[in-house]
Amino acid sequence: MKQLDGLRETMRRDRVFNFVQKRQTMALPGTRPVHDGEVDVSHGPILYLEGVNVAFDGFKAINDLNLYIDDGELRCIIGPNGAGKTTMMDIITGKTRPDSGSVYFGQTMDLTQMSEHEIASAGIGRKFQKPTVFPHHTVFQNLELALQADKRVWPSLFFKLTGEQRDRIDEVLKIIHLDAERDLAAAQLSHGQKQWLEIGMLVVQNPRVLLVDEPIAGMTHQETERTAELLTSLAGKHSVVVVEHDMEFIRSIARKVTVLHEGHVLAEGSMDEVQRDPRVISVYLGE
Amino acid sequence: MENRSFIMTLLANDKAAKWFLITLVALAIVVPFCNLMVPADSPFHVSTYTVTLLGKYLSYAILAIALDLVWGYCGILSLGHAAFFALGGYAMGMYLMRQIGDRGVYGNPDLPDFMVFLSWTELPWYWQGFDMFWFAMLMVVLVPGMLAYVFGWLAFRSRVTGVYLSIITQALTFALMLAFFRNEMGFGGNNGLTDFKDILGFDLQSDNTRAGLFIATIFFLGLAYVVSKFVVNSKMGRVVVAIRDAEARTRFVGYKVESFKLWIFVFSAMLAGIAGALYTPQVGIINPGEFSPLNSIELVVWVAVGGRGTLLGAVVGAVVVNFAKTFFTGFAPEIWLFFLGALFIFVTIFLPQGIVGLAQQLLEKRNKTKTATPKAEASV
Ligand SMILES: Nc1ncnc2c1ncn2[C@@H]1O[C@H](COP(=O)(O)OP(=O)(O)OP(=O)(O)O)[C@@H](O)[C@H]1O
Ligand SMILES: [Mg+2]
Repeated sequence: MKQLDGLRETMRRDRVFNFVQKRQTMALPGTRPVHDGEVDVSHGPILYLEGVNVAFDGFKAINDLNLYIDDGELRCIIGPNGAGKTTMMDIITGKTRPDSGSVYFGQTMDLTQMSEHEIASAGIGRKFQKPTVFPHHTVFQNLELALQADKRVWPSLFFKLTGEQRDRIDEVLKIIHLDAERDLAAAQLSHGQKQWLEIGMLVVQNPRVLLVDEPIAGMTHQETERTAELLTSLAGKHSVVVVEHDMEFIRSIARKVTVLHEGHVLAEGSMDEVQRDPRVISVYLGE
Repeated sequence: MENRSFIMTLLANDKAAKWFLITLVALAIVVPFCNLMVPADSPFHVSTYTVTLLGKYLSYAILAIALDLVWGYCGILSLGHAAFFALGGYAMGMYLMRQIGDRGVYGNPDLPDFMVFLSWTELPWYWQGFDMFWFAMLMVVLVPGMLAYVFGWLAFRSRVTGVYLSIITQALTFALMLAFFRNEMGFGGNNGLTDFKDILGFDLQSDNTRAGLFIATIFFLGLAYVVSKFVVNSKMGRVVVAIRDAEARTRFVGYKVESFKLWIFVFSAMLAGIAGALYTPQVGIINPGEFSPLNSIELVVWVAVGGRGTLLGAVVGAVVVNFAKTFFTGFAPEIWLFFLGALFIFVTIFLPQGIVGLAQQLLEKRNKTKTATPKAEASV
């Protein structure tokens, strides 16, 4: 049995024959070669989580998690407190390393082997559950810091905003409705505005995937509606993964919903399907 | 060219920076003039003792700027920064020792007195080259820089932060102190390096040389300030502050936090080395006491008192606290440490922004009451 497992591990398509795969893609007629650092979504999904396990001091926070996010998709993830939603994002962004399982960005990028800043530069942006912006910087500077650019030390030292980049920041400022607050220190924003600024910081990075953890916590009804609009408008151009507790909000934006429970996918489907699922009902009612 | 235009914009947009630089230029002219040109019996005469004392404070101010960069801006509380200062001081000291030549007590043309005393027959390899000024000056920045690089690379890569980092920096300077105390190290042991004769051929005892060193110190303080301003005003400086305020967020935005910490730490160590090199010839001695952990802690107090994260605060703090120290140790040396401790606690509780922060608040208040007009309301 052990040998069989070992053999399986060796024969994994996504690992061992990485180099073969690349060459193959290059050789395939009609397809573009995949360059290093470019996301290969030729098979559909942009994020693969397969058989992922994470334990904290023996407590299994993530238990054989399998999740595929398609390119350009808007996916909602729900689940009771402690279901492992935030931990899942930690794994994707390199903050937490899985004990086992594979996490891939496109066909070729093994996220378990990359550091946080490499993953961010490769095109996965993240909004935290608790909004974290840079409090002593202005709204504009927050966006400038997040802006897609050469983020190594030396280029940063001599960095000058180009007109194009300035326009891009202005554009995002309008999208997140913080144009009037551009020169305000981020610490002075309301809770909802901070949430938006953080989303803006994601957008301005121009990532392929946006991971958004509880975006509407602390928002007014009107702000919530605008956020829903914003997230749906981002899908398509980007893949968006939203974690939220607010069912009404989920219903307003959701196309496909994944229910997480005890670190495992319990159900997947449209909002209606998921809500009719007896297992889901028992998890939510049994709480 | 880039730097020139940077200075121009700095002078135009930053009033505090402008006045600080003007003050420095004025000091560089007035103090040597009053020392060399004004007769000794005039009330405007500045004694050579005072010139040297001021020079010492200003070299401390460079050190304080160095600490402010890592602590005030990047949030790394280094409690071992005096070590980089001492290393720079030793590198300069080694040059000055070699300049003595055969004028030492034992008259050995190559070996400093303490080596002859230890019955060494030849110069150790690490003393080679220090008879050349350019080489010694290179070492003034390279040795602290290299140590900071190796130390920072290990510490930041393993994500050592907060109190743990502070403790290992203390351990670093303590270890260096013990090492430099040993005679076999070849740095003069307990006594350190002293009895210097001249620098670049100028007699260290002459008033002219003293004035020259004073002016050089001011020049390097101004340079350190302007370059540091350039760094903190750049996007790199904003990344560094971002790391201080939200390290994880900075990572997820795509910055390699370790590299930024390392860079600012190495730059800061080099500045500290330059400060040490300016200190040694003015004070006339460098000994292992400069590595004392207490020195690094005092340095933190200077920056806290002046106001961290402002650069100017570091300078003000270094000068004010050291004036107080000179004053206190004059009549009651025992209570200096208690005073220092009390000062630190007072500042932490009542003046978290330090002297400069307080001044800023007062200025803002005054400006507000002055212009409490419809104009101010309209802009809100
Ligand atoms: N670093 C950690 N150390 C120990 N336990 C952890 C750690 N991170 C998360 N956990 C535990 O793992 C479980 C999953 O946590 P996670 O934060 O992923 O849940 P969540 O689905 O995001 O919940 P919520 O809806 O409350 O945000 C929880 O029981 C939590 O206590
Ligand atoms: Mg969570």
